[in-house]
Amino acid sequence: MNSYRVTHLKQLESEAIFILRETAAQFEKPGLLFSGGKDSIVMAHLARKAFWPARLPFPLLHVDTGHNFPETLEFRNHYVEEINADLTVALVQDSIDQGKVVEEKGINASRNKLQTVTLLDAIEDCGFDACLGGGRRDEEKARAKERFFSHRDDFGQWDPKNQRPELWNIFNGRKHHGEHFRVFPLSNWTEMDVWQYLKLENIELPNLYFAHDREVVKRNGTLLAISDVVQAQADETTETLQVRFRTIGDMTCTGAVESDADTLDKVIQEVATARQTERGTRSDDKRSETAMEDRKREGYF
Amino acid sequence: MTEETDTKGYLDMDLLRFTTAGSVDDGKSTLIGRLLYDSKNLFEDQLEAVEESSRQRGDENVNLALLTDGLKAEREQGITIDVAYRYFATPKRKFIIADTPGHIQYTRNMVTGASTANLAIILVDARHGVIEQTCRHSFIADLLRIRHVVVAVNKMDLVDHSEEVFNDIISQFKEFASRLDNIVDMTCIPISALNGDNVVDPSENMPWYEGSTLLYHLETVYIGSDQNHVEARFPVQWVIRPHSEKYHDFRGYGGRVAGGVFKPGDDIVVQPSGFTSKIKSIESMDGPLEEVYAPLSTTITLEDEIDISRGDMIIKANNPPHKGQEIEAMICWFSEVKNLSSRSKFVLRHTTKEVKAVVKEVRYKININTLHKLEDDLEFKLNDIGRICLRTSGPLFYDSYKKNRVTGSFILIDEQSNETVAAGMIL
Repeated sequence: MNSYRVTHLKQLESEAIFILRETAAQFEKPGLLFSGGKDSIVMAHLARKAFWPARLPFPLLHVDTGHNFPETLEFRNHYVEEINADLTVALVQDSIDQGKVVEEKGINASRNKLQTVTLLDAIEDCGFDACLGGGRRDEEKARAKERFFSHRDDFGQWDPKNQRPELWNIFNGRKHHGEHFRVFPLSNWTEMDVWQYLKLENIELPNLYFAHDREVVKRNGTLLAISDVVQAQADETTETLQVRFRTIGDMTCTGAVESDADTLDKVIQEVATARQTERGTRSDDKRSETAMEDRKREGYF
Repeated sequence: MTEETDTKGYLDMDLLRFTTAGSVDDGKSTLIGRLLYDSKNLFEDQLEAVEESSRQRGDENVNLALLTDGLKAEREQGITIDVAYRYFATPKRKFIIADTPGHIQYTRNMVTGASTANLAIILVDARHGVIEQTCRHSFIADLLRIRHVVVAVNKMDLVDHSEEVFNDIISQFKEFASRLDNIVDMTCIPISALNGDNVVDPSENMPWYEGSTLLYHLETVYIGSDQNHVEARFPVQWVIRPHSEKYHDFRGYGGRVAGGVFKPGDDIVVQPSGFTSKIKSIESMDGPLEEVYAPLSTTITLEDEIDISRGDMIIKANNPPHKGQEIEAMICWFSEVKNLSSRSKFVLRHTTKEVKAVVKEVRYKININTLHKLEDDLEFKLNDIGRICLRTSGPLFYDSYKKNRVTGSFILIDEQSNETVAAGMIL
């Protein structure tokens, strides 16, 4: 027996660090998409490991829809300060004010689609030629064929039929002027891997991920938190439940799940026995069978 | 199982990457669906979505194939075009499946999927036995140096679960496989993906079969010796210079170990400069490490201050890689737009190094169905595989692909389009 065993989490970590370093080396100005969600926290953690003891060689970019949970923003600010990183915030509200996008109407109005415009503008304004994201292939079927280095044309669009093949660990980030790349170092991770890694590395998370009491309303089978942007309609009733969030997106479309998992171990246990994928709590994916693929083609992450 | 042991078990799991190649009708998607379904790796909402799609299409049963056919075009045409990656885990291992189409026009996709795999599942339809495509898939697995092969003889339900049919197919396969030399371990399993026989649970219909089920085999096959832990190779990816007060003089070399083992105190040589030094430390955010080995990403510091940059390789003197500007290699051609022939020019990317390369000579192409050499048609078109000789603008430090998959592989990039146009395996 050889003693040089590498567990699957170490393999995933090594692969992600390799890709983060390739991104820094192959591009002139990369940026790391940071939302304050667990995947982007893992990304930032891996980036720290990749370049330690130096600072991150690229800034963090947050596309703020204005519908974020206040807890997420608090965590974001505190985390960025702690790791001494540069943060750029792009506001969807600015895109709305500039008339570049029109806000959806109705009670299920979401800014999810609008943020693509803000993101593409921010990429252009910051001059990013590569954007690191925490997307994983296990999240949704259209992501299963996403590359680590995902090429985008000058309009930021993704063409699933014309992707560069990726062999071994050799990544081709060459591009023409105006084109850019999305880079996904966590491609091979599953939701379970992310949780286990958070535990292994003892990484701090926003408290939204752990069970707490919250006033919610049930709409289309999803539990939405009551907030400035989600109010109960006349025929709806609110209730206070013990809930937690499996993903952290906009308050308008991120569903809570009833749970008493208030520690990382309990969350892991819950994920292990879960009967729904984590995007099952995202109403933005339920709009049509190919909702994610359609959004990705337009430049969504 | 208690919470604690469950968590601990997960932190101590192996990773197995395998590839499946198959055509529209041989039940590959059904097999993957079955693996996910029977090992309880499917979620309710995924299953509901597939049930709904099956109903809309008018399928009689839940069509497990729909689980793996991701993109719109594929669902519409009922084919798998690209490489799709799937994930599942059992308490013993985490699995990454590179799911590829099997037709000859998707050879490049099969090559891509095979490039990172430890194991290949070759699907054979029990009614048809070893056919051209079986040979093709086996050849690609061998070319990409996949050490472990599982021959899954599928649709046993359509041949009355006959032991004789199974044995005939296996002897046909073994005869063919004797011409391939990288496969060190071959296992043959009779299955029915549709009904689940011998996929996760042992088959009641084939009591004559005494071997493992497919999943049990995937969980237990020994892959520890697949990495090269002998020849030390460290391609430098990124130089870490913090320029901070605390780490004023820190100069670390970031990279992923491509082979062998490195320890503090080891004598090393830097190529191409040839400078020598000793390893001072192996650094990490969690403190210094006693050793690193393939395939770990790490940061190395040296005793002496020497000029090292991305694309250089840190090695040990006792077993150096080959050095040269003339490279003999097998390639698979990926471009639909351009062809490769003698004197074609490219950018060649090998580990973290980029050089220019020109095709000095095309030696031969291979008919991948028969393994015959073709020496009269020397122009590579989409999906062609064969042997070429390249001349590079600067020396490469390389091993044969057989010895090391990282330092023995490269890609060719078209300078005009920036597309990746070929995968190369150095001989």
